[in-house]
Parts: sequence; C-alpha cells; structure tokens
Amino acid sequence: MSVLAKPAVGWTISKYIVLALYLAFALFPLYWLLKISVTPEKLIYSDGVALWPSEFTLDNFKSVLLYTDFLIYFKNSIFVSFGTAALTTIIAAAAGYAFSRFQFRGKKIIIGIMLITQMFPLLIIIAPIYKIISGMGLLNTLTSLIVVYTAFNVPFATFLMQSFFDGIPKDLEEAAMIDGCTRLQAVRKVVFPLTLPGLAATLGFVFTAAWSELLFAIMLINSNDKMTFPVGLLTFVSKFSVDWGQMMAAGVFALVPSCLFFIFIQRYLVQGLTSGAVKG
Amino acid sequence: MSNIQLRKISKSYGSVEVMNDINLEIEDGEFIVLVGPSGCGKSTLLRMIAGLEPITAGDLLFDDEQVNELAPRDRDIAMVFQSYALYPHMDVARNMGFSLEIRGEKAAIIDQRTQKSADTLGLKGLLGRLPKALSGGQRQRVAMGRAIARDPKAFLFDEPLSNLDAALRVEMRLEIAKLHQRLGATMIYVTHDQVEALTLADRIVVLNEGKIQQIGKPLELYQSPANLFVANFIGSPTMNIFDVKQVGEELELVNGALIDMQGRGGTSAAVKFGIRPEHIAIVSREQGHVVGTAEVVERLGSDSNIYTHVKGLGQVLIRYHGNTQLNIGDEFGLQFDLGAAHLFDSNGIRLTLDK
Repeated sequence: MSVLAKPAVGWTISKYIVLALYLAFALFPLYWLLKISVTPEKLIYSDGVALWPSEFTLDNFKSVLLYTDFLIYFKNSIFVSFGTAALTTIIAAAAGYAFSRFQFRGKKIIIGIMLITQMFPLLIIIAPIYKIISGMGLLNTLTSLIVVYTAFNVPFATFLMQSFFDGIPKDLEEAAMIDGCTRLQAVRKVVFPLTLPGLAATLGFVFTAAWSELLFAIMLINSNDKMTFPVGLLTFVSKFSVDWGQMMAAGVFALVPSCLFFIFIQRYLVQGLTSGAVKG
Repeated sequence: MSNIQLRKISKSYGSVEVMNDINLEIEDGEFIVLVGPSGCGKSTLLRMIAGLEPITAGDLLFDDEQVNELAPRDRDIAMVFQSYALYPHMDVARNMGFSLEIRGEKAAIIDQRTQKSADTLGLKGLLGRLPKALSGGQRQRVAMGRAIARDPKAFLFDEPLSNLDAALRVEMRLEIAKLHQRLGATMIYVTHDQVEALTLADRIVVLNEGKIQQIGKPLELYQSPANLFVANFIGSPTMNIFDVKQVGEELELVNGALIDMQGRGGTSAAVKFGIRPEHIAIVSREQGHVVGTAEVVERLGSDSNIYTHVKGLGQVLIRYHGNTQLNIGDEFGLQFDLGAAHLFDSNGIRLTLDK
C-alpha cells in the first residue's frame, strides 16, 4: 500500500505546487494593487519593489471617497454594467431559446451574421458608432454605453445561452406541455429553473465586460458626471504626476462589486460552465 | 376513457412525405402497440396523437371529435417518454403532481392522488427524492406514476422500456400489462421490440416506411403475416425466406429441390417461400426436402437454434424444441411443415392458400 501511495503523494504535492505558482502569478497584480493602495504617498517611490509597505495607511481610500468624484463614477459604472448585463441576458436568452428550439427561415444566415460581428476589432468601428450615437442624440449619456455594450455582447451571449438551452432535453418541455402547460408556462416552470446556471454565467460574463470597458466610454462620454469608473481612473493621471496611491485605492473599490457579484452567482456559475458543454 | 380514430393521416416535412394514408380505429380501453424498425414513423405517429407534431392532412378524432388543432394540454392524454423526461429540479412527489398543480387542483387532492399512484407503483419511500437520486427503474416508475396520477383519457408510451436492462425490462413489461388490466384505459405504445408488442398488445400495428403494413392481434400477425415485411419482422428468430419458381405442379428452390404444395394452390404466383425456424423438422437425409450441415448450435435450455448450411440455398435456421443432440458438422435432412409455410407473390404479398 505504502509503495503505491508514495508516488501518489509526490504527485499530489507537485500538483499543488504548480497550482500555487499559477495562483501567485495570477493574483500578484491584485496584491500589488492592494499594497500600493495602503502605502503612504511619500513612501511609494522609496519603498520601491519591497513586497511589504514599511508603513500602513488608509488615507488613500479616504481621499478617494471624500475628495474625488469617485462615487459618481462608481454609481455610473454600476448603472451601466447592470443595465447592460440585464438587457443583454434578456435578449440573449430569448434569441438563444429560439435558435435552440425553432426552425425558421433565415436562421443560418442570422447565425452567420452574428458570427461575423465577432470577427472585427472594435477599433475600426469607433467612428461609425460615434456617428450613429451622435445622430441618435445620445452622446454623453449612460444609455449610449448600455446600447453599445449590449449590441457588442448580444451575439456571444446568445451563443452561450443557446448552448445552455441545447443542453436541456426537448422532452422536458414536451412533457410539461402534455402535463397541461402552455409553451410559455413550460419555459417558465421547467426550462427557466434549469437554465439558471446559464443565465448566471451570461450575466457574469457581460457584467465584467461592461464593467471594465474603456474605449467606448472614453469616446462617447465627455462630462465628469457621466464618466464610468475606468474613465474616471484616468483622472488620477494629471499633467505632471500620477497619484498612484489614490488610483490603486480606487481600483480596490472597483473590485468590490465584481467580487460581490461573482460570489453571488458562483454556485450557479461552476455548474453552468460545465453543463453547457456536456449534455446532462 | 376514450376511443381514438385516425383517418387518412399523413405527415410531410416540407416536400418529403414521411407518413401517408394512416387509418386506425382504437377502441375505448384497447392496448395498441405501434411497432416497426427505427425510422418507420411510429414515434412520429404517436407524437401526432399527443399533439407535439402537427398533422399535415387527415383527421384525428378523440371520442368522435376532431382534435387536429388542439394543443397537447387540452387533449387530456398522458405520455411516458423514452428518456422519462422527469423534471430534474422537482422531487418525485412534485413530478407526479405537476399536471394537477398546473391545472390548479387543491393541494389536498394533489397529495392524495400522488400518494395513491406512489402506492400503486411502490414509490412510497421515494416521494421526497430528486430524480437524479433514483435508479433507472425507479425513474421509469415515476414517469409512469406521473401519467397515472392524472387519470387521463389515454396513455401514450414512447419506447418506455428501451433504456432499462433486460431483467428490469421484463419486470416493467409485466407492470404495464397489470396497469392496463387495472385501469382499463386506452393505451398506445410504441416499441421496436416485437416481444413487447406480442406480449402487451390487444392489437399490433406494424409500420414500415410511414405506411401501415398490417393491423391485427399478436397471433394473427405471427400466423398470417400480410406481407414479406411483417413475416420478417414478427417472430424471433426470423422466418426463413427462399426464392422459388413454379415447375409443373411443384415449387423449385434455387438449389433445385422440389416442394410439393399438395394442391393448396398459389404455386403459379409464388416467388418466395417462407418457413419459420420452428416449422422445420430434423429428419434423415432421404426424408428431408433438402439436406443441410449444422454450422452453429445455440443451446438455450428450453430450445436450440441450429444454424444450418444448405448447399445452393445458404443459411437456414431451425428451432428445435428441447436440447438437440446435433453437433457442428452433422448432416441431416430438413423437412418443412408445409401446413405452416407461407408463399408470397412478386409484390411481397402473402398468398392465401387452401387448407
């Protein structure tokens, strides 16, 4: 037994070492963010690359909250990200269900066009988007961001949702319809509860994408009170210096909603990311 | 309870016609089995009766009322799916009571009906479990319980036993037979397994390529198959079929052996000769219609299957009742029981012979 067990233990340990290295690599930037945010400003350069700040302070957080427009950016970002996530998920769920369950004329063409939209770098359509949004009179509004983000995220989210619906056997809906449901009731009572993981995964994906988007936010928003958080971060860069401490503190705050959101959906998410792949 | 009539039902997908001119009258309380090879349209037909598949043309009547356009929910039928289609997020009790719940039945009545069907199917201790915590056989029972709890006009079964192992299949087959006796409800059952068809059905409908080949009682199909397809499909092991041609008053097999039909007619039109494995006797070389060599002998205990090679004719299967003493390589005569033999014309239709 011990002869057999030994290599297994060695194997397990080496697996954990590899995982630990990976984790350290992935989390280091976050750690650095945290470290700079609690380092007093006068020590940022003198501490250099020391792993631990020689003095600890929460002043950066205080100044961010009290003396900057951070709370406005934050509120705007929350509004835009939740708006985008909700809108995209609703559209993607409806479209994904249709692609998964119905045969209709032009289905292949629509799927093809949706794929094509994913092939271009966003940079090349900034100008036309700007023109369109300005034509709609939506420049410098949060709505414009929600509209644009939703448009970009819907195709991928639709494919994601379609794969979740594909994973739910058609028999279940048919059984429900024979049991006395209308199609809508069958979707609500049987399909919807089973798609929760898929909805959570889609929500999470779109939320993060919208939360960290910078390019269009810079282009379409120009007044301070409409800025989202990634744009707001740039205000910490002034003409002659960068306020690293406050910028990092703001970054730490920015992590909070993402973390909360993922803690909230993670029990659906883990299930969801796998259940789409293997028919359950 | 209800009677179900299918009148000139046909089904097309685009320009492809998959079913054509299906006529069937199912009486109240009858157990009908739709049987046929995969792709014959039997499941499609069942789904049309359930309302899950639109009917292209023809009339479907429940109790003399046309229901073609009626939604599945309004047809008052229950269906047991091959995959069971249990709702994964509901426990057994809720699965069984779901249709009552949807129809707005009172909780007390749902509870009572659920309990009753759970009793009937031996599911009492499992009511609080989720489907994923059940074995295959238990899931099958829950699927049946869900159907029973509703007390529907008719039960539809879509290959309900094909996901079970052999022993469980026999057990559940018996349960379904008992259920039918007890409930006396109209049941339509789809299967590709002819044993299920023969054992369960009041009447069997044999389908092939979207057409009804024959409708009849199990023994009728076995004893008087309407055509070559039914002859081949019903009966296990399958019937031996040989090409024949008329020579004088007799039939000649391709290896030159002659068969005297003893004036029962049909010889002029016959192109195929069919004989079931159990209707071939093993005799001495001189007495037999043909001579063969045993190639493989399967001893099943109650019966033996003897795969025999007949020169110029190919493989012939003989079913011997009891344990045969024959060994591989033995030569013997094969005598056909001509009273049980069948002749088929060039269209594959069975010829009616004089007794």
